[in-house]
Amino acid sequence: MAGLFSIPPVTRRCWHVWHRNLIVFFKTWKVNFFPPFIEAFLYLFAIGLGIGTYVQQIDGVPYVNFIAPAILAISVMNSAFFECTYGSYVRMYYQKSFDAIIATPLSIEDVIAGELLWGATRSTMYVSIMLPVLAAFGVIALPLSLLAIPLAFLGGMLFAGIAMCFTAITPSIDTLNYPSFLFITPMMLFSGTFFPLNLLPATFQYAAIALLPLTHVVSIMRMLTLSSLSWTALLSLAWMAAATLIFCVISVNLMRRRLIV
Amino acid sequence: MRKGEVFGFLGPNGAGKTTTMKMIQCVSPRSGGALSVFGLDPDKSPAKIKGRIGVVPQETNLDPDFSCIRNLLTYARYFDIPPRAAQERADELLAFVQLTEKRDVPIDKLSGGMKRRLILARALINRPELLILDEPTIGLDPQARHLVWEKLRLLQAQGNTIVMTTHYLDEASRLCDRLVIMDAGKILVEGAPADLVRRHAAAEIVEVEKSDRVIACLNGENIPYEDAGDMVLVPTGSAQELARTLLDRCHPEKLLTRPATLEDVFLKLTGRRLRD
Repeated sequence: MAGLFSIPPVTRRCWHVWHRNLIVFFKTWKVNFFPPFIEAFLYLFAIGLGIGTYVQQIDGVPYVNFIAPAILAISVMNSAFFECTYGSYVRMYYQKSFDAIIATPLSIEDVIAGELLWGATRSTMYVSIMLPVLAAFGVIALPLSLLAIPLAFLGGMLFAGIAMCFTAITPSIDTLNYPSFLFITPMMLFSGTFFPLNLLPATFQYAAIALLPLTHVVSIMRMLTLSSLSWTALLSLAWMAAATLIFCVISVNLMRRRLIV
Repeated sequence: MRKGEVFGFLGPNGAGKTTTMKMIQCVSPRSGGALSVFGLDPDKSPAKIKGRIGVVPQETNLDPDFSCIRNLLTYARYFDIPPRAAQERADELLAFVQLTEKRDVPIDKLSGGMKRRLILARALINRPELLILDEPTIGLDPQARHLVWEKLRLLQAQGNTIVMTTHYLDEASRLCDRLVIMDAGKILVEGAPADLVRRHAAAEIVEVEKSDRVIACLNGENIPYEDAGDMVLVPTGSAQELARTLLDRCHPEKLLTRPATLEDVFLKLTGRRLRD
């Protein structure tokens, strides 16, 4: 077990892997840039204006403004998580890209680190594209909301690390559906996203704070977009930083175990 | 291994050829023994070693998201080759493997032979001092195999050092200066192909049909033979003489003489049992 937590020897060559993924991303940029736009609109209309008609305010905040940061946080989670599960799995297993790359000076640690950085970059891009839409609707406070961009990178690393752990242990691409449905979907609903955490029974609230990473991303994101910072942001930030480090380290070591025989 | 030679690893499936290749290219850990590549330790300086070798893997693992040229350029980046040098080298290599007109074609539009050639080009992008080929012509038609052989001979003539594994024994005898035949992780013999044939097989082989009459006759004449499916093989120093004897005394319906090959050595050493 000791090996799981040892700091992997990652070099700056990991950026080559990141760069490779970036080029592929821009090759199909039309396909990649539209979803964030559309998604922002869909959420705002369906939940914000639809449900918002009945639920006008939560804790004195208009409902659309309440869910706007949640939309951003969920995008951070989804982009990094799906990139580093299905995306990485396809590159690893079907395209054999990792095998090809580790025949060069890059090590498997470099490859996985590059994939994690890329997952976080996807999150950052997604949020950067959504922000103007939300700003145009006037549902987020500026300029503090611009800090959502660096937050997206940290959150992206966190979910990329978690995702890569699943990718490292999944027997096949089909079993990646389990974390998607049993972990990601519940988290999307119960992390203080569409209703405040304090509506849940106390035990669930503590569980959400202790175990659900999205809770912390939503919490900080909401302080930014509502321009209402509090010291608890630091606690959430610390939680995220610690979890990010742990999951990223474990994921690289698990991947090494999976791929080096 | 000596500089400038082509060295072959032969053996049945599961003999440990690919594992050996992976250890040399610092991808798999050593299970035991000593290994030094360019005088360096694969455990301590893998990146240094990997920067000086080129690998043609058994499996085609080109990047399907890219065209031919992009595959080479992306690969060049992994070796920290500056963009302009990479561009020049990539075009040069596409010409070398005769894929210039496929420059901007996506990978999935290439035939199997073209993919193998592109992989060869990719392996050469860093001007490797050592080229590792794991089954370089697997699954290719005769035309494509000959083209790959031609390129490999050219590389050899330019003084490149090449390590290869193969199942095709004619390929090994054509290309390798020296080779080892291995089985179950152990090296059985080592030497130049012609020497191995001389040492481990007779000069020539007479193949005779396998019928009860012929077998009885061979036993009666006390001639040692080897069972090979529907034929029996009789090794000999002089095929002509033996053939005459057999035709006179055993009256076989089918008989053919040929020089002994590496395949005879291979089968003699590793047996005829089927492997998976």
